[in-house]
Amino acid sequence: MTEKLVVIGAGMASGRMLEHLFDADPGAYDVTLFGAEPRGNYNRIMLSPVLAGEKTYEEIVTHDANWYAEHGVNCQFGKTVTKIDRNAKTVFADGVETPYDKLVIATGSAPFIIPIAGKDLPGVMAFRDLDDVNNMVAAAEKPGAKAVVIGGGLLGLEAAAALNNRGMDVVVLHLMGHLMERQLDPAAGYLLEKELESRGIKIHCKAQTKAILGEERVEAVLLEDGTVYDADLVVMAVGIRPETRIATDAGIAVERGIVVDDAMQTSDPDILALGECVEHNGMVYGLVAPLYDMAKVAAKTLTGAEAAFKPVQTATQLKVTGVNLYSAGDFAEAEDREEIVLRDAAAGVYKRVVLKEDKIVGAVLYGETGDGAWFFDLLKRAEPITEMRDTLIFGQAYQGGAQLDPTAAVAALPDDAEICGCNGVCKSTITGAIAEKGLTSLDDVRAHTKASASCGSCTGLVEKLLMATLGDAYNPAAIQPMCPCTELGHDEVRRLIVAKELKSIPAVMQELEWKTSCGCAKCRPALNYYLVATWPGEYEDDNQSRFINERVHANIQKDGTYSVVPRMFGGLTNPRELRAIADVADKFNIPTVKVTGGQRIDLLGVKKEDLPGVWADLNAAGMVSGAAYAKGLRTVKTCVGSDWCRFGTQDSTGLGVRIEKFMWGAWTPAKVKMAVSGCPRNCAEATCKDVGVVCVDSGYEIHFAGAAGLDIKGTEVLCHAKTEDEAMEIIVALVQLYREQGRYLERIYKWARRVGSDSIKANIVEDTEKRRYYYERFVYSQKFAQVDPWEERVNGKDAHEFAAMAEFGMPQAAE
Amino acid sequence: MNDWVEIGKLSDIPRRGARCVKTPLGKIAVFRTATDEVFAIDDQCPHKGGPLSQGIVHGAQVTCPLHNWVFSLETGEAQGADEGAVRTFALRLDGEKIFMDANILLAVAAE
Repeated sequence: MTEKLVVIGAGMASGRMLEHLFDADPGAYDVTLFGAEPRGNYNRIMLSPVLAGEKTYEEIVTHDANWYAEHGVNCQFGKTVTKIDRNAKTVFADGVETPYDKLVIATGSAPFIIPIAGKDLPGVMAFRDLDDVNNMVAAAEKPGAKAVVIGGGLLGLEAAAALNNRGMDVVVLHLMGHLMERQLDPAAGYLLEKELESRGIKIHCKAQTKAILGEERVEAVLLEDGTVYDADLVVMAVGIRPETRIATDAGIAVERGIVVDDAMQTSDPDILALGECVEHNGMVYGLVAPLYDMAKVAAKTLTGAEAAFKPVQTATQLKVTGVNLYSAGDFAEAEDREEIVLRDAAAGVYKRVVLKEDKIVGAVLYGETGDGAWFFDLLKRAEPITEMRDTLIFGQAYQGGAQLDPTAAVAALPDDAEICGCNGVCKSTITGAIAEKGLTSLDDVRAHTKASASCGSCTGLVEKLLMATLGDAYNPAAIQPMCPCTELGHDEVRRLIVAKELKSIPAVMQELEWKTSCGCAKCRPALNYYLVATWPGEYEDDNQSRFINERVHANIQKDGTYSVVPRMFGGLTNPRELRAIADVADKFNIPTVKVTGGQRIDLLGVKKEDLPGVWADLNAAGMVSGAAYAKGLRTVKTCVGSDWCRFGTQDSTGLGVRIEKFMWGAWTPAKVKMAVSGCPRNCAEATCKDVGVVCVDSGYEIHFAGAAGLDIKGTEVLCHAKTEDEAMEIIVALVQLYREQGRYLERIYKWARRVGSDSIKANIVEDTEKRRYYYERFVYSQKFAQVDPWEERVNGKDAHEFAAMAEFGMPQAAE
Repeated sequence: MNDWVEIGKLSDIPRRGARCVKTPLGKIAVFRTATDEVFAIDDQCPHKGGPLSQGIVHGAQVTCPLHNWVFSLETGEAQGADEGAVRTFALRLDGEKIFMDANILLAVAAE
């Protein structure tokens, strides 16, 4: 019989252990996984970017519901294990008993809360998990909100920078004389302090907190020296302690942490422990690299293989956008130590390497950290540096005569040089995987080796390795820049538009360091769309950044004339409209009148200067622009449905008209074509559209992600709706999600393939609150979108578009 | 000798946009950049005859609306891998007023 494995704690260490376990022996255990948070495992290191608004929670999930299901893990999330009965070999959570053969304790750590008055007031929180992040984000929404962060270490500073990024007034209180004193020397601490202060963060060192003040909730923080800082939010980031209570209660040996041996066994042979909750040889660990090593060892122990945990030195990097800081080893001053220091005040660069007996024992880099990995490698290998001592501080590029370019420098690293500190991946593992498995992208390397998959700070090194190994064959497609004006991809640009609240094209180009002064024909329309979609009602559409068709609301033809397509909601028309179309065609000598595939009529060959006149006549008959030129809603094709058809199950024409009337005018990343069929015979061909509805007796089958153009693809079923109202809400929410996530010119089927249908369903089908949220955002943006562009231009808008600036007959001067 | 004829005002053209001047034998596209420089070129792409005045203007360049050829407004040369050129015409900016050489208008007309 399969043995039962119970794991307490669904964090990064246990998540990694399960990966190794399933790799080694997928069928060895029936696994039950308890997690106190109501969610699975995510990359906790990346909470700072989430707090800063630079990443979303979805982007940092490492194990989703599918992964757990695939590996048959019984997930008990949101449940806290309260007791271990070692005699009966069971654990208790919410009064329910779960038996085990082997138990793994991975309860991590708990934030240390300073025992002072007011520590329990609402508004005082730690920075530990996603709930903390959400609470902080909520607090930051209040205009002019003030935050006090207690603790100027790695975590506290990341929180402070992120809250500052969100527009809060931030004060950092730090007990010691300079920031991050465990990782930085005073000089680097000073540079960091200056940088943070220049961003508007107030730093108060040697600050002894006396009390947190407030009646109902936190109002201020009082220091021993009498200083008072107002606060709507207090973040305690002074340290962590191993979370060991459950082990103590069960009578397992606990010192500072749960005591484990080299094999990760606790004092009970059937119980293992790993992660931040353990103590090994008197040491407790908080950085991810040693925890991942523990995970490897624990997985081996569970499968009966021999393994021993050996602690390695780790390096630290601060994850604050725009601050480059790297430190490793020991850099305290001592008699037998020497140091080499390089300062460049103008460039804000500080580098210090600490030597002992001609070997590197510590390094601090600020401002320019590219050589961090190289110094760290020399440090770990205890390489004598006598010969390169004169040029050591300038970095790897200056060693051995000719300067190396950055790629060659990485290529020159020894095979066992560590590239990814978080996951302990060395160079040869990566180059080996690239060669053997034919890897070609950063994502491939992440998937196969885990390198750069945690904190991401070694991404540049991994890319250079790809470049060095594959040569010209390496195409860094993982992040395809938007266009040659920037290094950033569409998703980054979009994310930064939101995070930095950029509300104009010049603001985007300035803040995101565009390489051209005015962009190009690729990026400008994309930026214009992202800004329109992100800031409805605030951003003023930039007409000069739209393609001609969207600028003049008609389709340019090969001879420079235009085609005009009035809207026919749901493909319905009437004699009055048809007469008006006929009259317009006569009046303006329009050479071609054609019925389109989207159930409306196209007037082709209209001269540009005639456009306002044509539109005026069509407007007078009650018709508006069909947006046949737009990256927006084009048509909703319908069949006659239950009104006329003997097979019709619902009013498909009515629903089509309703959708089109509700959604016309909205800009989308690429064109959107829809259809509603009244029965599964599907006469409106709804199953090859961007969004389609197939009516059935019991309601509405909602389809999406079809294509019938360059690619041909049948739709996928999104869900079933019982009522027309429900169908409307789902369709509208789906399009809004696409508006917010789709890359410019990316059709719905390509977007769905990129983000995965499951994530779309999770937002639109499974979570009705989120659906409502997207629906309401669409409704809000429509307030500013449903203005007929033809009518605006009939009334004089953009008149310069439709007339020549000057006209000359035979020039007088010639005579 | 130059014989300058006023063709319009700077404010007649939107920044990063263009207007046309019609002559008996074809259109000349007059551009205004983001920095208020003005340029005049043939309103006809040498590739498939696309109206360059309808393109997106970026820096001192325009992208043809039909097939995305990019032209320098200063030299009239196609940029990047495409080969071709359009004629450029001298303009004079006097305060708000834009002038074009009447002899050029004549030359365009005479061809």
